[in-house]
Amino acid sequence: MALSPDEVRKVGSLARLALTDDEVEHLTPQLNDLLAQFERLQAVDTTGVPAMSHAVPVVAFLREDVVVPSLPKAVVLAMGPEVDELLGGFVVPQVLAGDA
Amino acid sequence: MSDITTLSATEIAAAVRGGTLSAAAVTDAFLARIAAVDPQVGAFLTVTADAARNAAAAVDAKIAAGIDPGKLAGVPVAIKDNLCTRGVATTCASKILDGFIPPYDATVITRLQDAGAVILGKTNLDEFAMGSSCENSALGVTRNPWDFSKVPGGSSGGSAAAVAARLVPISLGSDTGGSIRQPAAFCGTIGLKPTYGRVSRFGLVAFASSLDQVGPFANTVDDIALVMEVLSGHDPKDSTSLPIDAPELQESSRGDLKGLRVGIPDEYFADGISEPVRAAVMQVVDTLVELGAVVSHVSMPHTEYTLPAYYIVAPAEASSNLARYDGVRYGNRAPKTLSHEDLAEKTREQGFGPEVKRRILIGTYALSAGYYDAFYHKAMQVRTLIQQDFVKAFEHVDVLITPTTPTTAFGIGEKSDDPLAMKLSDICTLSANLAGVPGISIPAGFDAAGLPFGVQLLGPALSEALLLKVSRAYLDTTHWNEQAPAL
Repeated sequence: MALSPDEVRKVGSLARLALTDDEVEHLTPQLNDLLAQFERLQAVDTTGVPAMSHAVPVVAFLREDVVVPSLPKAVVLAMGPEVDELLGGFVVPQVLAGDA
Repeated sequence: MSDITTLSATEIAAAVRGGTLSAAAVTDAFLARIAAVDPQVGAFLTVTADAARNAAAAVDAKIAAGIDPGKLAGVPVAIKDNLCTRGVATTCASKILDGFIPPYDATVITRLQDAGAVILGKTNLDEFAMGSSCENSALGVTRNPWDFSKVPGGSSGGSAAAVAARLVPISLGSDTGGSIRQPAAFCGTIGLKPTYGRVSRFGLVAFASSLDQVGPFANTVDDIALVMEVLSGHDPKDSTSLPIDAPELQESSRGDLKGLRVGIPDEYFADGISEPVRAAVMQVVDTLVELGAVVSHVSMPHTEYTLPAYYIVAPAEASSNLARYDGVRYGNRAPKTLSHEDLAEKTREQGFGPEVKRRILIGTYALSAGYYDAFYHKAMQVRTLIQQDFVKAFEHVDVLITPTTPTTAFGIGEKSDDPLAMKLSDICTLSANLAGVPGISIPAGFDAAGLPFGVQLLGPALSEALLLKVSRAYLDTTHWNEQAPAL
């Protein structure tokens, strides 16, 4: 199994990475080197073996039902690269069609 | 005191708590050494001198008022720059987090500060902790303190180099596949990856959440034991934090090794392990036998599948964790974009370096429709088999001994164009993260070129005290940890 440059571009799109042509050319053989390693796993008999997502059992527990303060809105907004302080939100490019 | 910077953290804390040394004097001494030495080493990305002097003054004020500042009173500490520090830039050595100043502290930072530690700054790493040499940092070069032409290892290379160069007695790193143990080996320091869940991950910028663990570097076992007592213990802010109190380690890590069962997993000595490294491990085994240990060979048959299983699981989790960097809520953002998708694609394209992109791509592919079963699900099943190898081995032995790395430190630039060769330098350390068990790298002498050897000890879950006991017995005999580079 090997990825073509077009498939690398498609995976890039799924991952929200606008890869340049140079990058696709450089990355394709590097990714295929790693994929060749993955092929070795097919030799392992995993019939009936449970899949492990965590090495220790992760048990959801409930904390005490006590209200604790969240970060103040102004502090959170101060991290944003572009914010509207008046409206109190992060600014993003227009999402819906229509007049800006 | 002639040279404060030669003192261990344990000695500093005792002197500060006893009133014979001020935290201010300690802080000034280490800041002066950083100013003199770090321009060559490049361990630090940020030095927080003013905040450190203020923290030291607060410790000294407590002493003057008769209040105990805590176990780490006045101890200078360096922090890997993927741990959030309130009011201090946290970069992950990535351009995408340019301008990010966290509004909160990681739990480990709070615990250090509550114990009286003085944070001196933030250290370099491979971008988002992805790498084995610090060469993937977008922000600077870190050099191995033993030989400036060599890498310090990675990803916690800055924290390892800082301790090796005696710029701080203790530093924190994070270990997802060897990122504490591998640079500890390359730099000749001690580095501990605790049991998964032992130390809180709250405020550690996530790479692969089921593998990430915070841990310390130091030059003495005493110091590792001391700081682990501070760092460990349940944190309600981390859902994977084990509901276990911090263990006492300073006393429980003492004792002889009579009857200790040491296992040599033969698969860890396969092709690719250099002959000098193999010989160094066997010398450690000989020393442990002289100290009373009993040695046997064990088999861990799924070891050869560790690398592919790891490089599916870790990038899969990373591709999900790093989806949050979209240029909206923090960090850098690409200018003049047309849509939300365009904003995310261009911000990420400009902000991430090549290794981070490779891992996001491979992880996205492994999770994508049609490949999930063949890759991700299969890797999670193999992960179970790798963990079972450990369970079976620990039915017969108390600890396992392996090389930490296949070779000593390699040259800067030597592997930076070959991502697969770079990944092979972590071949001995990946399994502990997949299995969730603790591992430690301890210094074990030097090769013909004067570069440190590291040897890895692995134990069952929650066996940190035992790993420290074996490390202490070995280092008390050989004193390799007392060797410091001439800087």
